[in-house]
Amino acid sequence: MNLSLLNIAGVGILSLLGVGFYGLLICRNLFKVVIALQILVKAALLGLVTAGYANGKINSAQSLAITVIVADTIVAVIAIALAVQIQRQLGTLDIKNLAGMRG
Amino acid sequence: MTFALLVAFTVIFAFLAIQAKRLLSSALWLAVASALLAVIFYLMGAQLVAIFELSIGAGLVTVLFVFAIGIAGEEDTNLRSLVPKTLAGGVTIIMFLLLSWFLLPAQSAQPSLPEQSVSTVIWEQRSLDVLLQIAIIFSGVLGLLGLLAEIKAPLEYPLAEQAAAERDRELDELYYQSIEKGAT
Repeated sequence: MNLSLLNIAGVGILSLLGVGFYGLLICRNLFKVVIALQILVKAALLGLVTAGYANGKINSAQSLAITVIVADTIVAVIAIALAVQIQRQLGTLDIKNLAGMRG
Repeated sequence: MTFALLVAFTVIFAFLAIQAKRLLSSALWLAVASALLAVIFYLMGAQLVAIFELSIGAGLVTVLFVFAIGIAGEEDTNLRSLVPKTLAGGVTIIMFLLLSWFLLPAQSAQPSLPEQSVSTVIWEQRSLDVLLQIAIIFSGVLGLLGLLAEIKAPLEYPLAEQAAAERDRELDELYYQSIEKGAT
């Protein structure tokens, strides 16, 4: 396997995906979960741009990536607000304590 | 070589963001990873995405995280994870190997048609995306307003009864005081 730019980017995408999934699996703090989600979306962004670069259609990739960035930011903002409200209501950010949440 | 180093450091900083003990340093490592990712995008020729990633991913989201951690407070993040760490790591490594077996080595293709400029692509070919983005931003703002509105705790008694109970107590005190005065 030759070490072209494309293959390096591919390994980077897969490693970022791995780190994100690992974080989703082991983290118990709500903010940490949001951070792991952000890393996953960064992997998706790098994948989009790499695909555009490989096929010579970088501009279509850019327009798609901008849409993804907007949606991802809204998701992060809503998730952070939800975490702050949960901390206010229940006094904890631990995911385990949310299992028995009522109401 | 520079590109490989950039990708490697992005992955390392992302891992540090997951592993960091404190939430604040976790958010800051995430910002550093976004900044490096912006440089990678720039080197790949996606300048617009690089600017967006640098200003939104490394700027806005980090500020939001720091602000929210300031409100909610640092909490102990060193709890034992619900899934055993070896199991999580094993699943992740298996996923990595399988995906790399499918995807690598990557091949590039030459485009059949010459490409249009970014503004043409965004405003003409993908105008539906722009409408969708506007809708997403509006719904996000509305959701944020709904979430951050103060939720008031219900009163123990209705207000009138509470006020009446307080007035009765004051009257009782006055009565006892007058009895004590009369006794002396």
